[in-house]
Amino acid sequence: MTPMEHDHCSDLLRSIEDYLDGDIQPEVCSQLEEHLRGCQNCRIVVDTLRKTISLYHDEACHEMMPEATREHLYRELNLLDFLPHSDERK
Amino acid sequence: MNSTVTKREINLDLLRQGERSEMAALVENYSNPVYRIAMNILHSEQDAEDVLQETFIKVMHGIRHFEGRSSLTTWIYRIAVNEALMLIRRRRGNQVSLDAEVETAEGEAAPIEIEDWCCRPEAETMSAELRGEMDKAIANLPEKLRIVFQLRDIEDLSIRETAQVLGLTESAVKTRLLRARLTLREELTHYFQDSARE
Repeated sequence: MTPMEHDHCSDLLRSIEDYLDGDIQPEVCSQLEEHLRGCQNCRIVVDTLRKTISLYHDEACHEMMPEATREHLYRELNLLDFLPHSDERK
Repeated sequence: MNSTVTKREINLDLLRQGERSEMAALVENYSNPVYRIAMNILHSEQDAEDVLQETFIKVMHGIRHFEGRSSLTTWIYRIAVNEALMLIRRRRGNQVSLDAEVETAEGEAAPIEIEDWCCRPEAETMSAELRGEMDKAIANLPEKLRIVFQLRDIEDLSIRETAQVLGLTESAVKTRLLRARLTLREELTHYFQDSARE
């Protein structure tokens, strides 16, 4: 595959942030989607950007603080009687 | 995107009255994200634990005066970010700020490698090797980009909320977010290209 080269592609990059976040004016969105239909490279960039975000998001959701840290926190806040067991937090 | 952990709705009135069960629910809702944010900035479990505790002590003391001008989430995350930055400041003895301009070079983060790896089995199953590459890539991001990516794309804050937490303009958040996303995408693309050659 070749790097992105066209001016259109650079233009797309400027709007891509709003496009990914769904915060884009309808007419700009239509232009962008039309460009994406005809430009495989840009389509790949958008798809892999979305995938990158979802990989990090899904991965981080499993990152929990260590149990000892949780217990220290509840103790420090005098909330130890409310400390849920790990199987109650699913 | 939705967080996978279901959060219990918090009753602010009960919280302000000092209802302990409500505070416990608040801690349960927000302690993991606060810990992740602290780890993102400090890279130390002990420091992250200190920030976690300080954040919730401040939340407990400050909740009576919380006026709701920003969301509860934004308020708590802002306290956490400030606590983490203060810790760094105390250690380094200098000013640390996340609102300084990020040096920009035109096209610096522009996509270079075009490879469609979305449907690779490894991207679906999340191997330990891929996880390691992802950790390395995000750790290598400049701090100012990493925290924006963390708040927006991992903790699901909106652009506006992310700007409020970090004291940045929405435009600065968008610029940094795009650079972070493109850099991470580029790193993962290299990884998938290399693994396809092996």
